[in-house]
Amino acid sequence: MAESDNIVVETAEKIFSDLADPQTINNTKKDSWQAPLWQALSEAGLPLSWVAEDLGGSGASLADGFALLNAAGRFAVAVPLAETMLAGWLLSQAKIASPEGEMTVLPASPKDRITLDANGALSGRARGVPFAKAAKHFAVLAHGKDGVSIALVDASKGRIEAGLNVGYDHSDTVTLDKVQPVAIKPATKGFDQTTLMLMGGVARSLQIAGALESMLDISVRYSNERVAFEKKISKFQAVQHNLARLAGESAAALAAATSAADAIANATSFNDEVYLEAASAKIRCAEAAEKGGGIAHQVHGAIGFTREHILHRYSLRALAWRDDFGSESHWAVELGKLVANRGADELWPLVASR
Amino acid sequence: MTAALRFDPIRLPEKCEQLRKEVRAFLAEEIAAGTFDPHKPNREDTDAPEFSRRVGAKGWLGMTWPKKYGGQERSFLERYVVTEEMRVANAPTRRFFVADRQSGPVLLKYAPEHIKMDILPRICRGEICFAIGMSEPNSGSDLFAAKTRATKTDGGYLINGTKIWTSSAHIADYMIAIFRTSPPTKENRRHGLTQFLVKMKQPGIKVNPIGQITGQFEFNEVVFTDFFVPDDHVLGEVDGAWKQATSELAYERSGPERFLETYYVLTELVRAVGPNPDTRSAEGIGRLVAQLHTMRRMSVSVAGMLQAGKEPVVEASIVKDIGTVWEQQLPHRVRDLAAFVEETATNRETLERQLDFAIKTAPKLTIQGGTTEVLRGIIARGLGLR
Repeated sequence: MAESDNIVVETAEKIFSDLADPQTINNTKKDSWQAPLWQALSEAGLPLSWVAEDLGGSGASLADGFALLNAAGRFAVAVPLAETMLAGWLLSQAKIASPEGEMTVLPASPKDRITLDANGALSGRARGVPFAKAAKHFAVLAHGKDGVSIALVDASKGRIEAGLNVGYDHSDTVTLDKVQPVAIKPATKGFDQTTLMLMGGVARSLQIAGALESMLDISVRYSNERVAFEKKISKFQAVQHNLARLAGESAAALAAATSAADAIANATSFNDEVYLEAASAKIRCAEAAEKGGGIAHQVHGAIGFTREHILHRYSLRALAWRDDFGSESHWAVELGKLVANRGADELWPLVASR
Repeated sequence: MTAALRFDPIRLPEKCEQLRKEVRAFLAEEIAAGTFDPHKPNREDTDAPEFSRRVGAKGWLGMTWPKKYGGQERSFLERYVVTEEMRVANAPTRRFFVADRQSGPVLLKYAPEHIKMDILPRICRGEICFAIGMSEPNSGSDLFAAKTRATKTDGGYLINGTKIWTSSAHIADYMIAIFRTSPPTKENRRHGLTQFLVKMKQPGIKVNPIGQITGQFEFNEVVFTDFFVPDDHVLGEVDGAWKQATSELAYERSGPERFLETYYVLTELVRAVGPNPDTRSAEGIGRLVAQLHTMRRMSVSVAGMLQAGKEPVVEASIVKDIGTVWEQQLPHRVRDLAAFVEETATNRETLERQLDFAIKTAPKLTIQGGTTEVLRGIIARGLGLR
């Protein structure tokens, strides 16, 4: 997806280039870039891409929204764009209208659980919630005695313990204690927390793939500029082979993430085939973040380890995104169980079905 | 952006799935009839001429070629399905695989019409086997250092020299080889090599088997002594093989055979751990399946781009690099996990026997058909580093 071929991505890339340039942001000590960026994204209708117009959004297709997330990864965008998109998507599953402003989703980990009591109040603790501190509303998936419900919650009703992930973005613990939601409706049949985690995982996969594309780009450029031992380091075979491996990791991440996005965009349900695609994307992209990011740093040497260089904006975020909506270890165990449960002779048919 | 790598999420069209069913049914029949045992991958290398003819009769050889040469004019995506199903079943494809993938397309492009009419239909019928004569004792990855000479004589050329690591030369009916017709020039060290069609099993050709560390004898040394090749067996431009040798590589590099060679140990591991794996086994299997799925999606994507007439040279090299490294590591990762398989697992012996073979096979996977080092050089060039 190096070249944008849809209007949503073109719009977003224009905004990112103007207002979220990684070098400019990196040079700025304050957070003053955040408000104009968010405003421009909101005016373009991008945070609510996945919300139909009658529910307050801009009604873009799933595919366009996924392409937008990949572009956001290429710019290492550090405002809750992905989170608000996911929240809007989640609320739409229960036909709840999306409000304006930043949102995030909870839970953001397969291990956490929010419960709905008989009085219609929500309780529970969700850890590692991205951008909870910046959010005005939460889109919540809750378990009650009648099954899964989806709720819109005023963020000020939750208790937030602020934290930072390894990419220096907010990753907070949110505690709800008998909170009355703004709106709540039952989820459609078959929609559960796993569905939300798979969707979130694919969003993160696309962002990681985008970050890796940029890491490859700036690493190649740097190797063609930096001179050592009287020649450009790009002329050393050891460096060339490292960059070839980085290209491979970037390619694998891109292929896994876009394949999963395509699978979800064209799916009628989250069946085993979609599960394979989405879980695989998160596993493979997380591996690529480690391997590929490691090579990008190796190529850059000491300068890439400094705060003034932009590399960490990609490399650390890609590592941080591994943790959201189920880590690669989590999905590997779950996918392994699924495969084992289907049986050895059903493995190839599953892989070949995609 | 430096590198616009593309891996569009291409899906195999519906007609491929019908074909897949036909291939599976055919292979199930062959297995039932005792042609081959899918649990014994080491038998993949045995010659199976009757099986080869039956695959040909199905129309699955040369299936993308023009009908007048015996082909079916079907898509590369359909061929992809046939190839992957054969590979996963450990079917004995040795006799026809090289001809179908590589030699046929070269002949289609460069052979004179009467040779195409003679040979291509026989490939499609599964009757003949091809070998590829590239490496020599002192030139492997450095293809253009080849020294085996083709000296012009009346009506053709006399060949003198030695090819080596030539798979299937002992059973092959033909070889497509590069020989030196002129010395390299100062300006172009790749100049001076010519591609030839060689009819095997003739006086002047001696095939000496070379034992491999797997216990098999699938590759050979081929010695040419004043061996005559007629003029009409020149393929393409005299002295210009360097323009031709690289053109078909994208097909060769990115197919399912580039990550499925040791796949059988993963199936067998899943069988051994049973329906309720412990956490360690589940995680290990999950990661391997995620990696496998990703590679296949990359490979299908390249196949789709090729079908659409694009030339994804860098993408194809990436698929082979990642794919062969993966299939090389796979037996070792499976071995890690197999250490915890219950003694009572009914297929334990099968798994152990397969692992023995796969572990011995593994070293060749990143060498054959273009080493990892060569591939990474090609990728680096694509990135603008060379």
